[in-house]
Amino acid sequence: MKRTFADLHLRLNGKDSAATQLILNKAEALGYQLISVPCQPEARMEDITKLKSVCNEAGMDFASRVDLRPRTQNELLSQLRKFRRKFEVICVLCENKDVARQAAKDRRVDLVSFPLLDFRSRFFDRAEAELASSSLATLEVDIKPLLVLEGPARVRLLSCLRRETLVARDFHLPVVVSSGVSEMLLLRKPREMAALASLFDFEEDALLDAVSVNPLAIVRRNREKLDRGFVAPGIRVIKEGDDC
Amino acid sequence: MLKRVKRRYLWLHLDLDCAPNQKDFMDAVWGAVTQLYGEHGASLTSFALIDYDIEGKTAILRTSLVTLGVVRAALASITCLAGKEAAVHVLAVSGTIKGLHKNLKA
Repeated sequence: MKRTFADLHLRLNGKDSAATQLILNKAEALGYQLISVPCQPEARMEDITKLKSVCNEAGMDFASRVDLRPRTQNELLSQLRKFRRKFEVICVLCENKDVARQAAKDRRVDLVSFPLLDFRSRFFDRAEAELASSSLATLEVDIKPLLVLEGPARVRLLSCLRRETLVARDFHLPVVVSSGVSEMLLLRKPREMAALASLFDFEEDALLDAVSVNPLAIVRRNREKLDRGFVAPGIRVIKEGDDC
Repeated sequence: MLKRVKRRYLWLHLDLDCAPNQKDFMDAVWGAVTQLYGEHGASLTSFALIDYDIEGKTAILRTSLVTLGVVRAALASITCLAGKEAAVHVLAVSGTIKGLHKNLKA
């Protein structure tokens, strides 16, 4: 069966519609069928709908996403309450340990992400993975730093990512590999992203899942939850009225 | 008994504004492989340039099957060719040049 590939972290400049169109066309040509673009939390629904229609015109599905950068646990909880029903994908950028732990155990969080260059602030350890494995959070890894970094910085990043994917594998935690790029020439094909992910010792069969099955599962699950008929996992309203 | 080495042919597309010459392209590929895997890793790939179309910005590269992943990762990590921003995309992979041309036509 043919795989459906997704990139959950494509950075677009919403104000530059021509560049946006070019990047989306390029992504479609490279083989992506689903794209997610981080929006501002305060973004209007019209802007998101407009972006979605541009994506659909390019021949791809679009999932709305928001990146939360809370400083405290309470701030994270408040933001989740506010934005969970508005966006299809919620990513939490964990800049301290408290936020990382709360994000890992909260079932409303889809993706947890860590600072790419501040290696001391990458709090993805065994405790974090254990919490995440009992909720729905998934570790997101961006490919962009692997392309732009060189020398010792890239070596250090690869070492960190290798350790984190090993921990994730131990706890059966899915990993999503995204591009995280905003420039057209840094976009890579899904299989090329998988090849780059092999640099941090991903298992052979998990490589392609990280760019297809895992991101698609997140979007499918959240779309089901955001649907009007959703009651609880496995329970849906099929029909309403007096004759039921 | 000596085991036959299985090979793979990769049809590549060079994504950049200018048309780099063959030497620039090979320098970029060797640079990427040695940077990521070192000289020992590069020596295991036994890759060779089979064809290079400067106008069509395509190339055919041969490598051994066991190091296909290595070459794929190295090609994906190329961001600069002849001093210009660039990307190298794998369009098709085949076990024979004939198969690659069949893919090319399809």
